[in-house]
Amino acid sequence: MQPEHPPDSLGEASHETIDQLRPPPVIKSGYTFASITDKISEIVQTRKTTWGWFVGFGVSFLLVMLLLFATSYLLTAGIGIWGVNVPVAWGFAIVNFVWWIGIGHAGTLISAILLLLRQEWRTSINRFAEAMTLFAVACAGLYPLLHLGRPWFFYWLFPYPNTMGIQPQFRSPLVWDVFAVSTYFTVSLLFWFLGLIPDLATLRDRSSSRVGRIVYGILAMGWRGSARHWYRYEVAYLLLAGLATPLVVSVHTVVSFDFAVALLPGWHSTIFPPYFVAGAIYSGFAMVLTLAIPLRAAYGLEDFVTMRHLENMGKVLLATGMIVAYGYLMEAFMSWYSGSPYEGYMMLNRALGPYAPMFWALIFCNVVVPQGLWLKRFRTNIPTLFVIALIVNIGMWLERYVIVITSLHRDFLPSSWGMYSGTIWDWATFVGTLGLFLALLFLFIRFLPMISIFEMRTLLPEAEVKDG
Amino acid sequence: MQQRPPIYGLLAEFSSASELVAAVHRAREEGYRQMDAYSPFPVEGLAEALGFHRTRVPLIVLIGGLIGCVGGYFLQYYLTAVSYPINVGGRPLHSWPMFIPITFELTVLIAALSAVLGLLALNGLPMPYHPVFNVPRFALATRDRFFLCIEATDPKFDREGTRRFMERSVPRQVSEVEY
Repeated sequence: MQPEHPPDSLGEASHETIDQLRPPPVIKSGYTFASITDKISEIVQTRKTTWGWFVGFGVSFLLVMLLLFATSYLLTAGIGIWGVNVPVAWGFAIVNFVWWIGIGHAGTLISAILLLLRQEWRTSINRFAEAMTLFAVACAGLYPLLHLGRPWFFYWLFPYPNTMGIQPQFRSPLVWDVFAVSTYFTVSLLFWFLGLIPDLATLRDRSSSRVGRIVYGILAMGWRGSARHWYRYEVAYLLLAGLATPLVVSVHTVVSFDFAVALLPGWHSTIFPPYFVAGAIYSGFAMVLTLAIPLRAAYGLEDFVTMRHLENMGKVLLATGMIVAYGYLMEAFMSWYSGSPYEGYMMLNRALGPYAPMFWALIFCNVVVPQGLWLKRFRTNIPTLFVIALIVNIGMWLERYVIVITSLHRDFLPSSWGMYSGTIWDWATFVGTLGLFLALLFLFIRFLPMISIFEMRTLLPEAEVKDG
Repeated sequence: MQQRPPIYGLLAEFSSASELVAAVHRAREEGYRQMDAYSPFPVEGLAEALGFHRTRVPLIVLIGGLIGCVGGYFLQYYLTAVSYPINVGGRPLHSWPMFIPITFELTVLIAALSAVLGLLALNGLPMPYHPVFNVPRFALATRDRFFLCIEATDPKFDREGTRRFMERSVPRQVSEVEY
């Protein structure tokens, strides 16, 4: 049947409009399979290591040494060197634990949830966001372990046949935490490694040095890109994403149970799980932006991590920030609406008590500053975005500090009131884990492709099969 | 002892995914079955063109998840209610709602482990040696080239005839794969 109106200029014009309405491409045009491969893998393989890398790695390595020193002293002297005491028995260790694990959540969100939602722009940021997750969870895991008092007995947390006549208390959220965090770390590692296998094969085949061929060859496990393998691979990857999605929600939910299941005013609240999960994604996206902005500039990856990526992350930051702000509002409202004098006092003490400056700083950092992201002008201005992300990172740390300390430091009876502040060893451990995180990240960008090469190839128009 | 074919197969190199899929379709129509295609990224419809429609990965993940779920719950039930019962103010020993978080975590953990280990096992990885790597140009299979390998074990395989057939798909080149 003949079409009534043959395609005319009007039709073409409307096509152009549709093209304009489409979001900008997630990868700059003009790339081929080969040039994508070269561009990403040459950071690892052929380019000389920059002095900036050495300086960055050197500084973070020194901080790792500081962590080692602080930890050694902790093991010899005990946790008395930290500022924790009755009534504030949870100090920096728990603040940092929650902060770090929250940062990890963005990586899984980007790699799993955005994959299931078919958000193509995730492709160029998922690899290093996943690496960020792993390293952040590794830093997070250190804190509860060190806080045990006798960390060398950490394995008592796991159920195993023993002669002590006791097993872990499975009704305690602290034991749930052990399972949630170790599962989270394992699944993130699997997800990350699975994504790396085809790229490791690329590095193996591109490698000009014998060491490179052997090391990448062993890690790639003989991957050869067979169509059958790819078929199973895609199924397995999708299933892992499906498993990681509820997992990531569950992990911060369990972390929030550490607080919510306790009977303390300010902790015992049903809004904690969703509010913690949103806060985790919020801080995680802030950290992804904090890392992505310098990385893309340092390695010239502006074509892959485009302005669209940064802007989208800014939008996610704004959205999750609004959920977090809603959480703050509801906390305050419920403390009044509950009619409990202890809840009411806790809220007043938070806002007007000795830790009020930290509370208002957190409101400024987490609620006021991100409102700037409503404006496209700020979302597309890289320095502004970077500064906002940094402020949110600080704000989320303050939030955990305020939650942990203000609920503890004034107990139900004024006779057991006290003040808390971190000692130099608390700070040394915190700065030390920042160093550990950055050092691992520096090693990662030097030795592994920081963007998924094979997934970037699939974004090219040539990757589509045309019926011939 | 069964006679081993003198070569592993014939490997044709293509520069686009569409050409590879077309070549696979043509080979299927011609009656070839023992073949595999190699590409630098997952190509839509390629596995289907090879007649590979099903995978047991989801089943393995389901079984792993069920083992994690049942095992995780039973572990907690057994340890708290049977093996080491502790009476705390007469509270129930089998307090099932408190067992759900760990049951969930272990479900995900075992399911994820079975997904990755199951995938590797089905794919036969790690595989330290495979004949296709003997063709030097096969290194491009992880870069920008697409390969079709018709294996010598195929009943229709003929060193000359198959090569002539493959050349009809206009590949960049056809090479013999040594063992």
